[in-house]
Amino acid sequence: MLVEPIKNGVVIDHIVAGRAMQIYSLLGLDKLDCPVAILKNVPSRRMGKKDIIKIDLADVQLNFDVLGFVSPQSTVDIIRDGVVAEKNHIGLPMRLTDILRCKNPRCITTTEQEIHHIFRLANAEKGIYRCVYCDTKATP
Amino acid sequence: MQHLIDIMDLSVGEIDGLIRTADDIIAHPDAYREKCRYKKLATLFFEPSTRTRLSFEAAMLDLGGRVLGFSEATSSSASKGESVSDTVAVVSGYADIIAMRHPKEGAPLVATMRSLVPVINAGDGSHNHPTQTLTDLLTIHREMGRFEGLTVGLCGDLKFGRTVHSLIAAMARYEGVRFVLISPEELKLPSFVKEEHLKPKGIPYRQTENLEEVMPELDILYMTRVQRERFFNEEDYLRLKDSYILTPEKLASAKADMRILHPLPRVNEISTAVDSDPRAAYFRQARNGKFIRMALIMRLLGIE
Repeated sequence: MLVEPIKNGVVIDHIVAGRAMQIYSLLGLDKLDCPVAILKNVPSRRMGKKDIIKIDLADVQLNFDVLGFVSPQSTVDIIRDGVVAEKNHIGLPMRLTDILRCKNPRCITTTEQEIHHIFRLANAEKGIYRCVYCDTKATP
Repeated sequence: MQHLIDIMDLSVGEIDGLIRTADDIIAHPDAYREKCRYKKLATLFFEPSTRTRLSFEAAMLDLGGRVLGFSEATSSSASKGESVSDTVAVVSGYADIIAMRHPKEGAPLVATMRSLVPVINAGDGSHNHPTQTLTDLLTIHREMGRFEGLTVGLCGDLKFGRTVHSLIAAMARYEGVRFVLISPEELKLPSFVKEEHLKPKGIPYRQTENLEEVMPELDILYMTRVQRERFFNEEDYLRLKDSYILTPEKLASAKADMRILHPLPRVNEISTAVDSDPRAAYFRQARNGKFIRMALIMRLLGIE
């Protein structure tokens, strides 16, 4: 299967297989007007299988924290004039702000209006995030 | 400006400092009678907790300060739907320090984001209760003279008991401490507490269902209540409930200088026949709560 190379835009590569749709949704890519390609289960030497998202828009703003949380080994390639101008390796962000909501019904975020929903990286080895208010483990 | 939301907000050195001050208050109470003159403590209790509130109020009064506040949400503007942020933004203009109790977890942290004065978490749901942990630490230190090298037994509901989780986190920072976790299978210490506080530092612990078997090892026995509603079935509750009731007979094999702590209130998990045993430290522990809160209020107000 072939997807044409993009000339100016962004390629999110090395996404854990099966997580592209989740990233598509969390990054709000459904709101873009430009062409967006989602490739699932692409053969990969390093990962076995991986997902890729291609965005055909030069100055798209992405929240790298979302990527880091869902798929920390992802890379973000910025393409200019058909060549990779920048390659960014995404790691686990220290904090996630207003990306997830706490699912603990006893958490203050369920009742207090207009506060930021913040999760901190509690265990980098296992990629575990906890709500800063109630310490409940984050689930995407 | 410093707040106290989680016991881990305080370094070991800061806790040692609070314990030294509390010891000095106990030894020389008259020297502290005017320390907080003209200062006001607001006790914002969005749910009732008479014991904790009175302890805070007694602490401030013994420092020569004054108290204002409310003891349940229905007597505050929270009943009209006001947010925690707004309540605190207003009240922090009236008081020099705030002690907040709230049923929602994380409410006191939200309060720190708007408060003009230091905020003390006086309990947020089943999450944190750092002044209880400070009380436990002061009691252990006063009774044993040290933290290092102690074998701490925690007995009862280790799954939902927030005092247990905080005490483990705080005690795990001292050299040579080991833990004995005594609970029914259903109420075992959650793995995240072990993963975050015990395993990374290689702190020794053992888990058992049998209190009597480990009694001779313990320097501290921290009792908590096993509640009927925590069990999945009545049969297990009936089978296990008596195993976690402390009686003089069960204490027969305990060390002569072991100390028994309990955050109180107790229901039936410690027989009243144990109260007269010199090892029973739980009422002294409750009194210590006032002294460590006095030390904390002074510290957060920057009073020497």
